[in-house]
Amino acid sequence: MKQQDIQFDNTGKLRHFLTIEDLPRQTLIDILDTAENFSTVGSQQAKKVPLLRGKTIVNLFFEGSTRTRTTFELAAKRLSADVLNININTSSTSKGESLLDMLRNLEAMHTDMFVVRHGESGAAHFIAEHVAPHISVINAGDGSHAHPTQGMLDMFTIRRHKQEFQNLRVAIVGDIMHSRVARSQIHALNRLGVPEVRVVGPHTLIPRTASSLGVHVYHNLREGIKDVDVVIMLRLQKERMLGAMLPSEAEYFSQYGLTEEKLSLAKPDAIVMHPGPINRGVEIESVVADGPQSVILEQVTNGIAVRMAIMSMTLGRKQESAE
Amino acid sequence: MKIAISNGHVVDPRNQINGKKDIFIQDDKIIALDKAPEGFQADLIIDASNKIVSPGFVDLSARLREPGQEHKGTILSETRAAAASGVTSLCIPPDTSPVIDTPAVIELIHQRNEEAGFCRVYTMGALTMGLNGTHLSEMAHLKDAGCVGVSNVMNCINNPQVLRRAMEYAASVDLTIFLHPQDAGLANNGCAHEGVVSTRLGLAGIPEAAETQAVANFLMLVEQTGARIHFCRLTTSRAIHMISRAKYDGFDLTADVAAHQLHLTEMDIGYFNSQCHVQPPLRTQRDRDALRQAIADSQIEAICSDHQPHDVDAKLAPFAATEPGISALETLLPLSLRLVNDGLLTMMEMIDRLSTTPAEILGLRAGHLSINAKADITIFDPDKHWVLKPQNMLSDGHNTPFKNWEMKGSVVKTLCNGQVVYSNDK
Repeated sequence: MKQQDIQFDNTGKLRHFLTIEDLPRQTLIDILDTAENFSTVGSQQAKKVPLLRGKTIVNLFFEGSTRTRTTFELAAKRLSADVLNININTSSTSKGESLLDMLRNLEAMHTDMFVVRHGESGAAHFIAEHVAPHISVINAGDGSHAHPTQGMLDMFTIRRHKQEFQNLRVAIVGDIMHSRVARSQIHALNRLGVPEVRVVGPHTLIPRTASSLGVHVYHNLREGIKDVDVVIMLRLQKERMLGAMLPSEAEYFSQYGLTEEKLSLAKPDAIVMHPGPINRGVEIESVVADGPQSVILEQVTNGIAVRMAIMSMTLGRKQESAE
Repeated sequence: MKIAISNGHVVDPRNQINGKKDIFIQDDKIIALDKAPEGFQADLIIDASNKIVSPGFVDLSARLREPGQEHKGTILSETRAAAASGVTSLCIPPDTSPVIDTPAVIELIHQRNEEAGFCRVYTMGALTMGLNGTHLSEMAHLKDAGCVGVSNVMNCINNPQVLRRAMEYAASVDLTIFLHPQDAGLANNGCAHEGVVSTRLGLAGIPEAAETQAVANFLMLVEQTGARIHFCRLTTSRAIHMISRAKYDGFDLTADVAAHQLHLTEMDIGYFNSQCHVQPPLRTQRDRDALRQAIADSQIEAICSDHQPHDVDAKLAPFAATEPGISALETLLPLSLRLVNDGLLTMMEMIDRLSTTPAEILGLRAGHLSINAKADITIFDPDKHWVLKPQNMLSDGHNTPFKNWEMKGSVVKTLCNGQVVYSNDK
């Protein structure tokens, strides 16, 4: 079995959703189109469709998260699935039960899907390689590797505002080195045909081989966002950065913080995105975050529809093929 | 016991033998080549037709996991795997538990090995007590107890002053220091080469500079201290270049490479294949090609297995959380033969890198088939094809990235100290 095939079942349907890398363009388009259909569910009076009735979805979070977990939970509930939230302090697993033992136990409870967030890169792949054949795995963020549902909801948001991907310039600004969000966005943007993807940040936060991902590297924000259609600001993980990677928040803001003045260098109709949660005054100033070009809250709303799409495509595939 | 090995193609780099010869063994020694001594009546005749007869392989680094981690391997299980791999002498690095920093641990290992008896086991002593990087070990005592060198393994000595003193002291007791050039600060707990794969997968990277900076550092101190040093497990093209340059400038240095580094690159990690989690990490194709060339040119003198058997659970976790290392004894010969088949090495050169030179580096009376030498002999079929199935491995560790690889070359018989310690007549 080739590793990249792990995301598809033997009939070629999407079984796991672990990374956007290597997914065909059409799969990404299908996800966006399906999400478009689900986007009205939230504004209906009865906010539910019965697609995953009787299915049990486990949110398995080895790392803290409020927004991602909540939107996954809402997405699952709007698809009529039962949801189990398990938050695991990683230190307790390392002492006692192994990750695999925990999975076996959850499988024994007849669950159907694991939505996994874990601090180690590759954790979702590892789990997908070892789960029982009827279980689907969705990666809700693994280390610095991938956060593919975030990547897809960002594509959804971009498509809503820009319609086509073929003529866009997109700049991703901040800590590319440690960002699973950036990696997933880059793979998605490239696969959807965006001709120019830029990453912007200091050398300490951009891998030396970043261009191998298919991006243009900038170390100056003004140059990096000049004439772009989309500006994506990344969250600065302050705890991790300060010291050897960055001298101070103030200096970072002065160099890489998005202000109205710097944003004016982008195209006039450029949109500003951020995966949240925002550090106001560190990577972005409030007038921009709350300003007319910001689509940050839309991203959150869109996250539910996109996650519904991915859950229904992966978990609904057996019902579909049985019909 | 008298043994005759007949009709084999004998390859002995030390004595420049490369052709059909018979070997006659009495008790633990080779007593004649070519013609049997008068009145020699063999108790055992080994027909080595179409086989290569080589001095037994000498492995510069094999972890047997005893004492301390017997769930991964024991002296019995791993020396048996060594014998099956044609290895007749191997050296254990000091990072056992307890660390090899007292004669008692060395005695324990030798005692256990006498009971097992599949190959010769040598020990590398700790350069600092408990490998703590601050307090010099009792190197003279360690040497008296049988240590063939000293090393701090992958534990860095952060204080350059301690490193300098350790090197000076080792020089005064005439022990070679086996240095693992990887700066811990620059490696920064990384788990893969800092390059396109670590960037793609979001794995913490170990930059090339972690190795080159350490090599530079060590070279400066060699100049100061007069220590005799050996560089272990090189991985980068630039480090090879620096060491070649130092040799050209007159430094007396040697170096080795792990066999897997000659065949794998960072690309083999694919999507987080934990069997490719090794320390130091797999690097780029350019580095791998430079390592292969360096082995061909003798810039790197020895190939070792860097055997690190693991239990199954050690590799069952997300990549960075798995334990590094490969159970590598059983692939040492076939991976080295690939270099011969690729036209990079002659058979004689391969045996030199696997036996003669590593024996010299360790200061052993081994690695050649001279008359009166100990009868440590490996007989192998260089043309036998087989497919590596982890479940068939003799080592307790089945952790290998070479699963399902088609291998060529297989050991038929191994003699250690004049005894047949491994035989496979299939």
